[in-house]
Parts: sequence; structure tokens; C-alpha cells
Amino acid sequence: MIAATVNLESIKENYLKALEKTQRQIVVCAGTACVANGSLKVFEAIKEQVEKKDLNVSVKLESDKDADVVMAKTGCRGFCQVGPLVTVRPQEYHYVRVKPEDAAEIVESSVADDKPVERLLYSDPATGNTCKTTKDIPFYTRQKRTVLDECGKIDACNIEEYISHEGYFAARKAFTQMQPQQIYDEVLESGLRGRGGGGFPTGKKWALTLPQPGEKKYVICNGDEGDPGAFMDRSLMEGNPHRVLEGMMIAARAIGADEAYVYVRAEYPLAVSRVSEAVRDAEALGILGDDVFGTGESLKIKVLEGAGAFVCGEETALIASIEGRRGMPNPKPPFPAQSGLWGRPTCINNVETLATVPLIIQHGAEYFKSMGTENSAGTKTFALTGHVANTGLIEVPFGLTLREIVFGIGGGVTDDDGNIFEDGFKAVQCGGPSGGCLTEEHLDLPIDYDNLRNIGAMVGSGGLVVMNKKTCMVQIAHFFMQFTQNESCGKCVPCREGTKQMLRLLEDIIEARATLETIDLLERVASAVSKGSLCGLGKTAPNPVLTTLKYFRDEYTAHVVHGKCPAGQCKAFAMPEIDPEKCIGCGLCKKKCPVDAIEGEKKQPHVIDQDKCIKCGACAEACKFNAVIGM
Amino acid sequence: MSCEACKKQKFEKVCRILEEHQADKSNLIPILHAVQREYRYLPEEILTYIATSLKMPPAKVYGVASFYAHFALEPKGKYVIHVCDGTACHVKGSIAILEAMQGKLGLDKEKCTTDDQLFTVETVSCLGACGMAPVITINEDVYGLVTPEKAGNLIEEILEKEKA
Repeated sequence: MIAATVNLESIKENYLKALEKTQRQIVVCAGTACVANGSLKVFEAIKEQVEKKDLNVSVKLESDKDADVVMAKTGCRGFCQVGPLVTVRPQEYHYVRVKPEDAAEIVESSVADDKPVERLLYSDPATGNTCKTTKDIPFYTRQKRTVLDECGKIDACNIEEYISHEGYFAARKAFTQMQPQQIYDEVLESGLRGRGGGGFPTGKKWALTLPQPGEKKYVICNGDEGDPGAFMDRSLMEGNPHRVLEGMMIAARAIGADEAYVYVRAEYPLAVSRVSEAVRDAEALGILGDDVFGTGESLKIKVLEGAGAFVCGEETALIASIEGRRGMPNPKPPFPAQSGLWGRPTCINNVETLATVPLIIQHGAEYFKSMGTENSAGTKTFALTGHVANTGLIEVPFGLTLREIVFGIGGGVTDDDGNIFEDGFKAVQCGGPSGGCLTEEHLDLPIDYDNLRNIGAMVGSGGLVVMNKKTCMVQIAHFFMQFTQNESCGKCVPCREGTKQMLRLLEDIIEARATLETIDLLERVASAVSKGSLCGLGKTAPNPVLTTLKYFRDEYTAHVVHGKCPAGQCKAFAMPEIDPEKCIGCGLCKKKCPVDAIEGEKKQPHVIDQDKCIKCGACAEACKFNAVIGM
Repeated sequence: MSCEACKKQKFEKVCRILEEHQADKSNLIPILHAVQREYRYLPEEILTYIATSLKMPPAKVYGVASFYAHFALEPKGKYVIHVCDGTACHVKGSIAILEAMQGKLGLDKEKCTTDDQLFTVETVSCLGACGMAPVITINEDVYGLVTPEKAGNLIEEILEKEKA
């Protein structure tokens, strides 16, 4: 039974027909990173050049309009390092680091003519090969993009284009051909686990919500991605918002909800506006509304803006925030599945989880299970950042090793200036403040939920921050502790007070006031916070400390026993000295020193009085001859 | 809820915002967002007015406003600079950028806004543009691969523009 309200097939057919008539498509990445690099100016410049050629240009391909050249702004294409990115179709020429000045050449050679602009193509630094399309670029070829597949390819704000990629076909199948139980059975069978961090089986969550008593139920899409170092939810909401909505529709059908919320971080204004626009477009076509696909079922989706609280990633805190209260978590049970938003049964899923669901309904559980490992099916998006050559958003099947990700896709470890740092690998921080550090010994470990949990880390939301040998692990632990301490909502004592004490102890270590007892105490407080806290934020807050203690204990002991920071990052352990060979006695350091710790005659090598020195580094900064060492 | 009481021009905008949100308690956060967009911060008397209109204790409204990082209870500068201190930015040196800008503008941890109300410099936990770390935003504009020097130049540019 196909609804009279919306005919997806005819929309698809008309769109594809219009596409056939179009000679060229020029797609400009309008993800946050590319926009920051000026991609919108590139878009305008290319458009101007196309118009100069007297070609009929349209900024949106619509099935009822003809155009010679269609230009579109897409969401994030993932390869943020070399943005702004421009693609010319149908040849799929993939241009990197495009500037507005390049517009004329792009239009001249790849639109009017058929040749690529060689100098704008990506050149693989490892082989020196010039890559015409993404099919030649190692960053892309080593990935398996399924959830992100259309992200960056299609115009995020064009619902017709989404439908032309069989968008909303899965939602229609769920509403018109499947019973709720069949839907969650299929999702359960697929082995999909929550992509927000916990890894709870999604089908099970839905199965728990459906039989709850009461007519009114809710679906919430958790787009409050607060993990520092993660941006996959942002990219999905900005790059393919309809996919997220479609997942929500299927979830709503599976649990019997007629109202749903998308809770988006306030720091993501573009995501807020694109998701809102997608909801309006879906309503206009009758996909959302009072009669979904002619089944008589009703579904309304509302978009809510968060207000900057990391703890709102917690289910119960997020619910409190939607209800207009302080985002503080509640003890579970009752679980949101039993009593959630306004006391009704509520199902909360992460953005990526929901965006994966249409794939499973459309292609079946077996298709999904064919990717990934036995206990972690499918693919996972990761935000690969830090000291790595190719930063950006990637999607790989579970089971890939860290080595393949960091060195294969990421192209290797870099120094502070971005140059390849041979043997520079130190650690990868995985899963944000709730996660842990992976080290050299884990490079060949297949990444999945259980393997990571076994070594004290977690998939988390999927942030992978690569760190080189110049990174001090105690400072990294301190950084995360500062974050969780700031973000603790303060409701329960172990988290509120415990994280504060842990932070103090870490400060003592960094600032050279600690002994071995400090480390013992730190470990004891960490385990108390982890056991005693009310919600996931507190329970996992000690993870960065515990994993760095486990894998980099010698670095902690170097700080407290030997009075040294092996990475040379902690100022308190610096021993600034003047190299008499290099010093010409110009006196500049003496002038800059705020505590008069430097002595010496003019044109004679100077000396630092270690008792007076406060290790501020002003002398090293002032010296033009790099004569100050040990900073 | 009637808005007859709000004859004063000062509260006109708030009244409009309250009406748009059906003066419903559960819409408190969207209401605060809208008010902040209008005034650039949440003035105390407006918070009290919102509390009265929603029939809530002012302490509850203040509690919500002070809980979330996005809401400001003090006026902010014309140019709000957010230095991202997410993990990726942090390992790539965001603190040096923060310190450089604070130094240039005479600000510190406690004092975030310049006396002439031109600049506010704050850190945020993550802007979600980690591929271009370190990142800062000045109002709506995002700048990637920032260095302390580049940050200083951006401030200079704004100062030049303001002088002109």
C-alpha cells in the first residue's frame, strides 16, 4: 500500500531525469572546517564564473527546472585537512585546497572542457601519485563509508536529492510493511549497538519501550555531542539531516511514539538550522505529520537547542533539560524506557545510531552483520585528530586496527609543525573524557566495543586524538580531569568533590609538589569516584587518569621521584640554563627577567641564578640565539 | 498569561518572546536562548520578569540560567572570542593562543570582558571543528589552524576596523 500523500518513486524518477539533463554538477563542501577555510567564497566565485560563460546555473537541482550546471553546498566530506574541497561531476574530479582565484580555471577546464585542473588535485605524499577522484586517495579508499556515504555527496537541504538516493524508502517500509515487533527484531538481529558510547543493543532498548503501558511515548535523538575531540554527530546532522530524521521515524514506529525530539548542542548553529529545515521539508511533503505514508499514524518532530552542558549527554539529564530544568541526572531505575520525558516511556538514541537504522531496515540485518566483528557489527565513524597528518572524519568497519587507522588512513604521526614525525607515536586518546589512552602495544588490537573495554578505554562517541612523543600524559590526564570537574553537575558528592580532589592531586604532580603517596591517593580517589558516582559522567571521569597510570606510570614516577617531565612540557621541572657557547652577552634576557635572576657582564656569557629563577621562560623567549636551554 | 502589564518598552521584546513560546514553563530554555539573542546576555530584571510570567520562583529560573554554560549573566563584549580547548585543540596549543589574546587585551581567567565592552575572551570545551585544530571563533566566524601570532593579528584587524 503506497500512500496517496507522497510518491517517493515519482520524486526519485523526476529528480534523476532532471539530473540526466544537467551537464555538470559542482559540489562545494560546506562543512564547518571548509567554511572556516573560505569554501563559501569559493562557491560564489565559481558560480560567478559559470554565469560569465552564459550557462544556465541553478543552486539547487529541482525536478521541475532545467539547468546546465547545478551547484550545491554539501555537508562535511571528512578530509578536513585539505579543504576547501570541490567536486566536479560526472567525472568526480576532486579538488583540494581550492581558493576563489581558482574558480575561473575550474570552470574553464573541467566544465567547459573535460580536463581536470591538475594542480588542484590531491597528491599522495607517500607515493607522489596525483589522485583524480576520491577513489584514488588512500584516506578514502581505506575507509568503508556507509552511514556517512551520502554525507558530503548530496545537498543536505535538498529533500528530493535525498529521496533520489532511496531516502525515506526504509521509513515507508517500516510504516507500511512492518509491524513494530518485526522492526526491533530486525535491528536486534543486526547487532547494532548504541554509537553514543555505552554500546547497549539498540533493538533491546526499543523492545523494552514498546510494551510499556500508556498511549503516549517519545523518541529523543541525542545530538548533544559534548565530547571534546568528537564531531561525527555534528557532521551527520549538518551533512545528511534527513537520514537522522528517517532513523527517528523508524524508531518511533518501533516503539509506538507519535512525538519526537532532536536535542542539538547550542554550539552547532548550522546543525540546528539544517535539521529544522529538514523537518519543515519532510512535513511539507507529508512524510512527517498526521498521516505518515497514508497509514493514519501521526508523527511530529521538534528540534530543541541545548545550552552547553556536557552532562546533558546523559539520558536522564537530557530529559530534565527538555523539560526546562537544570540538566541533572536521576538514578536509574526507573529507566527512560519506563518513565522518561514527562513520566512517559521514552527511547533515547544517539544521532549516529539513528542514522544507521535506515540501512538495516532497507538492506536487512544480514547486510549489516557482514561488516564489523562478531560482537560489534557494522561500521563506526571516528573523528581522527591531533598529531596526525590527515585529520578528519572517517568511517571504518569494527575490527580494523589502530595501526591501520593512524598510519594507513591518518598518514602517520606529525610534530607540532605538522611535518611527519618518524617514530613519534606515543598514544591515542579514544572516547573523550570517558575513554582512555591506547598505546604502542595496542596498535595491532582490532578495535571494537569489547576489546576497548577490556583495556580500560571505550569506543565512546568515537573521538581519536593522536598524540606524539612531545605530549605529557600527566598533563593530558589533568586536562580531562579539568574538563569533567568543570562539567560535573554537582548533584552527587563523589563526582562533585572527588573530581576536584583528583584535579588537585594532578596539579600537585605537574607543579612538583607530589610524592609517591600522591599517586596512591590519586588511584584510591579515582576508584571511589568511579564506584560511587550517580551517572556515567562521574563513573567514567577517572578513566583518563586510570589508563594513563596503567600505561604511562613511569611518566608519573618521573615527575614525582626524579623531578623530571619526560616530554619536557611541565614548566615546574624546567631547569633553564644559558649555554655559554651560544651566549654573546647581549643582556636582553637580563632585561626581560622579572625576578633579576640573570647575571653577567656585557659581552660575557650570562648565568641564571637557580634559586631566584621562577621558570617563567621569558629569557628563552627573549633570546635571539637560542642560548637558553632546558626549558 | 496576558502581557497587559508590559507597557514598558524595555519588556516589549521579552513579552513577544514569551508569547511565541506560549509562556509555557517547559519552554524555559528556548525562551532564555531567544532573550539572550536579543540582549546578548540575560539581565537580572528580565529573568525576574520571565519568572513572574511563567509563574515560577525566580530562584528556579536563575538556577537554570546559571547551570548552562551557554547562558551569560554578565554583559558580553561586541566581539565574543571563543578559544576552543577541546582535546585536539589542546594538544595543538590552544592555551598559548588564549594567553596571547588575554595578554594583548589585559584579560585573565577572572576578567573575560574588556572595560570598553569591545572584546570577551572565553574558552569552550569543543567547537566540533577538530580537523582544523586549534580553532577559535569570533562571533559567528570560525578560524582554523590558529597561532598566537595569527590570533593577535585578528584582534589588530578588529581594532583597526573599530577605529575607522
